[in-house]
Amino acid sequence: MPYTPELKELIKVVEKTRPERVAKKRAGEEIPFLSLDERKERLNFHPDFKEEGRRELKVGPSKGYGIAHEIADLLEAGSRVAPEKVDLSEPAYETDVLVIGGGGAGTSASILASQQGANVIMATKLRHGDANTMMAEGGIQAASKGHKDSPYYHYLDVMGGGHFTNVPELAETLVNNAPDAIRWLEHQGVNFTKNSDGTLETIHGGGTSRKRMHYAADITGAEIMRTIRDEARNMADSIQVLEFSPAVELVLNEHGHCAGAVLYNMETQEYFVVKAKAVVLATGGCGRLHIQGFMTTNHYGATADGIVLGYRAGVPVSFLHTVQYHPTGIVFPEQAEGILITEKFRGSGANLVNVEGNQFVNEREPRDVEAASIIKECVNDGLGVPTPTGRLGIWLDSPMIEDLAGEGTVKREFPGKYILYKRFDIDISKEPMLIYPTLHYQNGGLEFQQTGETRVPGLFVAGEVGGGIHGANRLMGNSLLDIIVFGRIAGTSASQFIQNGFKDGKLTLEHVAKYNAEVEAAGITDGRVAPAIIPDYTEPEVRERQLTAHYVGNVR
Amino acid sequence: MDTATLTEEVAAKTIPIYIMGKRYEVPETLTIMKAMEHSGYQYIRGCGCRGGICGACATVYRKAGDYKIYTGLACQTVVEPEMYLTQIPFYPANRASYDFESAKPTAETIYELYPELFRCVACNSCTKVCPMDVEVLDYISALKRGDITAAAEISFDCIQCGLCASRCMGEMAQYHMAQVARRIQGGKIAPKAEHLEKMCGDIDAGTFTDVLEAAKVMTEDELKKVYTEREMEPHMGADEWAPASNHGLA
Repeated sequence: MPYTPELKELIKVVEKTRPERVAKKRAGEEIPFLSLDERKERLNFHPDFKEEGRRELKVGPSKGYGIAHEIADLLEAGSRVAPEKVDLSEPAYETDVLVIGGGGAGTSASILASQQGANVIMATKLRHGDANTMMAEGGIQAASKGHKDSPYYHYLDVMGGGHFTNVPELAETLVNNAPDAIRWLEHQGVNFTKNSDGTLETIHGGGTSRKRMHYAADITGAEIMRTIRDEARNMADSIQVLEFSPAVELVLNEHGHCAGAVLYNMETQEYFVVKAKAVVLATGGCGRLHIQGFMTTNHYGATADGIVLGYRAGVPVSFLHTVQYHPTGIVFPEQAEGILITEKFRGSGANLVNVEGNQFVNEREPRDVEAASIIKECVNDGLGVPTPTGRLGIWLDSPMIEDLAGEGTVKREFPGKYILYKRFDIDISKEPMLIYPTLHYQNGGLEFQQTGETRVPGLFVAGEVGGGIHGANRLMGNSLLDIIVFGRIAGTSASQFIQNGFKDGKLTLEHVAKYNAEVEAAGITDGRVAPAIIPDYTEPEVRERQLTAHYVGNVR
Repeated sequence: MDTATLTEEVAAKTIPIYIMGKRYEVPETLTIMKAMEHSGYQYIRGCGCRGGICGACATVYRKAGDYKIYTGLACQTVVEPEMYLTQIPFYPANRASYDFESAKPTAETIYELYPELFRCVACNSCTKVCPMDVEVLDYISALKRGDITAAAEISFDCIQCGLCASRCMGEMAQYHMAQVARRIQGGKIAPKAEHLEKMCGDIDAGTFTDVLEAAKVMTEDELKKVYTEREMEPHMGADEWAPASNHGLA
């Protein structure tokens, strides 16, 4: 739906202050960045800092650690299927490496494992490529321009963005491998936006000291995903993809090594076992858990399944108390609510302005600071823009980009979003966008090392499911980077593990039985099961009428 | 929340839609995807990113009394009264496997993989059916005349939903051909980034090892100091900008 007459009136206020703001932008006059102390104070408005939003885990290797209720609900839950019912004696598939997850991390892990000579099965909950990778828009960071940048500055930015809590070795691995990740993608045929001489276009992102955000128009993630998916499909001889087959449990063996998984065919409703010599967990994040009721940018399958699987198998979680809210999600029109508006709009010069048409924060603060500032402006300072459904938002003044970089820039640089809004009769090259923070990224996850290995031998982790690289807050452009860098590392490490480390043995789900007992002993008897697999979007009144329907968790 | 249960939406006026021919009353503000969930469907197929970029939820619909075929993405298209819809979550398509490393950057590569390209009769059904407004026929025509670069550019917004293939009189899978074109363009035709190659070489040579090692063992206060004092590249400046200090650079 187009802007209502009331909103159109409010847009006039934005238009009135625009010329002056454009002039300031041209002159390089910015709202000063907050000092580290001011950042800290501002973050009190961030949802992570709401004590009532989290609770201490009652079970598992990180017992006592306080995380969001929505994730705790899943970690303090029983298995979907009783372990003794699963026949481990006759696996349906045997392979070298089992990769769980078909996004960017899982796909790059599969390609690298296969190139090392391993046979790979990639199991994915939805289709190959249905992942948050596909939705990442703005770009991928790497210090590629030596005259002004290096992994050292990238490292500083990563650590500062994460409030200096990141695991230094993970951050170091990320930045050191970043240029090679871009080179690999370029070699695979990703169409990065470039000059005619091959120089990659780079822009700033929140919290970057150098312009090192590489991009492919405004669909960087989709361009990366479809390219590496194509490469994986070319390797069908050694990479078998099992779609609509989420993992519901990891299988260990008698030596305590990870040796496969129990998969669930969502269409035929059968459970079956894949036996593997090494497993890569690349299941992504948790946006569809709607933490604290927030809308989300995430794809349908982002339900933290891998966290549950790894945690039950004995891997602790770290940094999971922090969740990233992307500062700019669509809040109007409501049909598109939660959808990500890339940071690249701000990187290209668009201001954030309140209902009075005034700026209130530098547009390139780290994401958590930016999101906290928007929440403060709307909720505490009463300067939000009211939507027709009674919510609040802030203007993201995209028409400024036309003034700064010439007519037609918005359509050319942001074709995806231009079309999306056009469907609602809104021309974002002429009218600003109404935004509010939206649940975006799981900063933390399963504990792992820079080789991708976890404390369970044979179990490797890549991408959003792991925690520690980004500390308490990830910067824009470091997630696409993370999945490629650590996806490739995990794939390589897993195939190396097969050569030295792997020990064949009897398969077991004993750890699941034990975990179920621990959940019960903690007094959790409401029958909750995990992983969630899909979110619950069935209307309560529909459920009431489904008298013979059977739900296991959210799945009918 | 991204559920169909927002109280405002429930309060909205309802309209009739026909899901695979069966009538449901749904709030008029919902997308097709949320309307189906509102009606009691639970998605396994036909739902992916819910943000208009993954191609999982291609939908075909007609309107009452109108002969035309309309298409859209279920997650992006708002319901209309009396729409008759079905999703096409999967459509079989011929995909040719190839070795990208050895593939020649010429159109012949694509001709060999997809000789059916020349079955195109330029009927333009593909373009008409594309929910992303990609000029499908234009990129197919570009391929026919051997212009990979143009095909890559024109097809850039393709989300590989498969609707073009579903309507093609030549029985082609256009989107698979476009994927080969884009990879060849990005990996073999576009000039390589020399600065990237140089940086990779510098890293391999250990140029930054010492400065990074030093940063890794800094106390939090030391790290905060260098972080706060690091030079910021101006937002609107040119790419040639260089910092005053070359500390930590190659």
